[in-house]
Amino acid sequence: MNNSMTMNSGHSPESAHSVRGYIFVFIALLAGTFLTVWASFIQFGSREINIAVALTIASVKAFLVAAYFMHLISERKMIFCVMGFTALFFAGLMGLTIWSTSPDSMVHIQHVP
Amino acid sequence: MEKMVHTFPPYRGHEARHGQPEHHDPGFWRTWIFSPDHKVIGIQYGLTSLCFMLFGFFLMLLMRWQISKPGVPIPVFGPLLEKVLGQAAANGALSPDLYNSFGAMHGTIMVFLAVVPLAFVAFSNFVLPLQIGAPDMAFPRLNMASYQAFVIGGVIMLTSFFIPGGAAQAGWTSYSPLATMIPTDGQIFWLAGMVFIITSGLLSAVNFIATVIQLRAPGMTWMRLPFFVWAQFVTSFLILLAFPPLEAAAVMQLMDKVAHTSFFLPTGLAVGGQLANVSGGGSPLLWQHLFWFLGHPEVYVLILPAMGIVCEIIANNTRKPIWGYKSLVYSALAIGFLSFLVWAHHMYLTGMGTKVAVFFQTTTMIISIPSVIILTCFFISLWGSSIRFNTPMLFALAFLPMFGIGGLTGLPLGFNISDVHLHDTYYIIAHFHYVVAPGTIFALFAGIYYWFPKMTGRMMNEFWGRVHFWGSLIFMNVIFMPMFAQGMAGMLRRMADGGANYSAAVNSRAGADVIGGLSNNIMALHTWILWGACVLGLVQIPFIINLFWSIKHGKKVDSDNPWDATTLEWQTATPPPHTNFPVTPRVYRGPYEYSVPGHDRDFTPQNEPPK
Amino acid sequence: MDFPYIVEPRRDTGLYNAKLGIWLFLASEVMLFGALFSAYVLLRVGAEPGMWPHGWLNVYIGTANTIVLITSSITTVMAWVSCKLRQYRRFKFFHALTIVLAMTFVCIKSYEYHDKFTHYEITLANGKFADGHLVERSKDFDLAKKTGRVTIHGHEVDHEVELMDMQRPEARHIQREELTIPATDIKKMERYGPWHHTYLAIYFTLTALHAFHVICGALVIGFLWGPGSRMWHTDPERFTNRIEVSGLFWHFVDLIWIFLFPVLYLL
Repeated sequence: MNNSMTMNSGHSPESAHSVRGYIFVFIALLAGTFLTVWASFIQFGSREINIAVALTIASVKAFLVAAYFMHLISERKMIFCVMGFTALFFAGLMGLTIWSTSPDSMVHIQHVP
Repeated sequence: MEKMVHTFPPYRGHEARHGQPEHHDPGFWRTWIFSPDHKVIGIQYGLTSLCFMLFGFFLMLLMRWQISKPGVPIPVFGPLLEKVLGQAAANGALSPDLYNSFGAMHGTIMVFLAVVPLAFVAFSNFVLPLQIGAPDMAFPRLNMASYQAFVIGGVIMLTSFFIPGGAAQAGWTSYSPLATMIPTDGQIFWLAGMVFIITSGLLSAVNFIATVIQLRAPGMTWMRLPFFVWAQFVTSFLILLAFPPLEAAAVMQLMDKVAHTSFFLPTGLAVGGQLANVSGGGSPLLWQHLFWFLGHPEVYVLILPAMGIVCEIIANNTRKPIWGYKSLVYSALAIGFLSFLVWAHHMYLTGMGTKVAVFFQTTTMIISIPSVIILTCFFISLWGSSIRFNTPMLFALAFLPMFGIGGLTGLPLGFNISDVHLHDTYYIIAHFHYVVAPGTIFALFAGIYYWFPKMTGRMMNEFWGRVHFWGSLIFMNVIFMPMFAQGMAGMLRRMADGGANYSAAVNSRAGADVIGGLSNNIMALHTWILWGACVLGLVQIPFIINLFWSIKHGKKVDSDNPWDATTLEWQTATPPPHTNFPVTPRVYRGPYEYSVPGHDRDFTPQNEPPK
Repeated sequence: MDFPYIVEPRRDTGLYNAKLGIWLFLASEVMLFGALFSAYVLLRVGAEPGMWPHGWLNVYIGTANTIVLITSSITTVMAWVSCKLRQYRRFKFFHALTIVLAMTFVCIKSYEYHDKFTHYEITLANGKFADGHLVERSKDFDLAKKTGRVTIHGHEVDHEVELMDMQRPEARHIQREELTIPATDIKKMERYGPWHHTYLAIYFTLTALHAFHVICGALVIGFLWGPGSRMWHTDPERFTNRIEVSGLFWHFVDLIWIFLFPVLYLL
């Protein structure tokens, strides 16, 4: 059964090639970890830039894990749809919550000294 | 797949009609209590949630007595309450604390332990795999675990009545800091119970989605799914993605209660005039956002399954294809999507700025469109048909105007300007009860009457069904219609004495009938509502007796398909055996092929091959 | 039971049941952790200026734990590849490593917890703050009765704000020494538990929930490694699917940590 691509959800690991790919991802993840630690000790000028750098590296690492270790890159449309909507609603939850509680969009905010 | 023969014992062995292989009787416990069979779990869920519904209704009766006659001992049950709950029910009357806790638990029980498990889990469990031609749920043991988690959650909730200080008192919304700062342990039980109930809901949702996607019978394409399946499918996604934030919020509030963190407690919080001993820095609004992120999709979790049930019954009893099947499907999907983007319309009064309010007001108005489309499709389906007025159809028909009232009265609440006046009054109680009580619960009654013959092989009594229907319809309205008037007059929703003190204070200062004061006429409506509620309780008795009596003594069905229906659940044995179908059905047509010209019968089952 | 699509994928969706199930479950997990991350952002944005802590956790320990978890991810993938290639012994080896790494992660995490629970902020009677790890308490130490004394290894500052940012350059030159403080000088003494600050509240909640996932994942993988591996001999294809599904969960737990690490340790 596992010799046919269609029967195996699209990813078969039977070649040394894919193992090499996993090891490459692993090395990239280690490198990302050290990079993000190193970057956190550097003052880029403002904390916002540091946050952006760290979150970018984290996103790349997360992409590597999701795409290659979890095979999302070769996954079926169905799972793509589910995770896509999940990501969208997560963005909505976080974005709208932050937007509606930010001081600019609130009324009657009194700053207590 | 094709040559699948059920090799497992049917769940009621002696009534299986199809080839009966030798089997061991699994015994009472494995058949009825720890069964992975979706039909048994559906019935378990159904009975459990009906019990919870009755219990929640009973709490409401006690509260209505207290509202109508504050401080007067409750007849019959008062002394009993005092015996069980002690000081909180001294002299057989509810103390304000006990009233608060009954209010919180009425909401919690009705929403999370009665209507959601009945409308969503029980009906989908029993009907959904049958309707798509599946042998069972995709994950039968997960299904069983879901029910067990649900029971544990329910038991925790019920236990909380008997702990010192009683059950949670901060309303079903459990707003912090109030919920955190009430010194009793009821809230901890509430949160622990919620974590179990949410987990059970998540397990069910995963199961239903996987079942619909993976286990549709051959030929059952997406656009051949009965609308009930679509509705439950969308509902599952709402549960799957909206419940976890509440679970996270419950964990955080639990941390606030148990580990004394300050997730929802702001800096400088004072309790009883004293600065609270907390680190502060938290955000009370965070709880509200996370709660309503669940809370609003939850509204559609309550209503979509009801729409699905009503659609099946209307199509069946108008003997016509449902009008606008595709519009129904796309509307349900649109509702599902939009319901994640409207939640803050529950929070207009939290100091939210105009831009934010306008955003949520706009999405709220947009989401009313697909709801109206669905309702319109149902109304147009009735046009020009010769309707069979049996009990399920009566309930389904009554659903339409009742849900209509509930939905349309929601519009003034969706506009932030009018919401300022109506927020937290009896108006909103009337609004959402019209949606859920005469709306969803009527659809649930319809569903019970409709699918009862499939569960038991017997019909429920038609005459008592009608008594139940007319009594429920009239007295539901007697209860909830006056609340609109009360709310618009300014009666607030959480007052333990029904506004007597508030009204007296305002009126004595400025004379009767000023804004804010409650006139005697408005106060007198409490009595109406009380007696309406009592009679509503009485007319449920025929239903309860009918339900249990008919299991053994109802009229036997003359075929597996007593309603002459087209969908797959009626094309198998009654009651369906374990693994449902002797041979996996093949589907050739859409779900509602009624009165197709040129056919000798007025219905064409989905699995009937084309000639 | 002759149940469809337990092993072989359904033609039109290309999935077997459990794989769809685990992805749906992960979708709900995204929302669970998503809500907690939203809470983190809201608490951080809403904190009073200068009162959000930085550098309260040991970056090196966190880095080590990140590497442990990433390594366990690659061993999980390798275990699945071994199953696919029908190399049972290699599978056993790699998943044994996964379990060991999972336990290492939990051990390191509990060391960090212990570190926080022995860390005290002491409000002194003179309005200053002493901050450090507990060295010892005298036998008669009692805060309520104002008897005895307590020794911590740490430093003293004038304002609480100075305890917040441990990443600023000056913070590196703080001289830590053993301070012995009599109970009479102590106004308030509080550990760095979740009640101490909302940062610690969200730190403990997120990492405890994450550690709970690690433990659950390790239990599942442990079951599949031990008693559950009997299925290998009867239905290797289905067993491989189980390894894949449990692996998906494990990678997700790893993925959550990839965000937790910078958010809680570095920023």
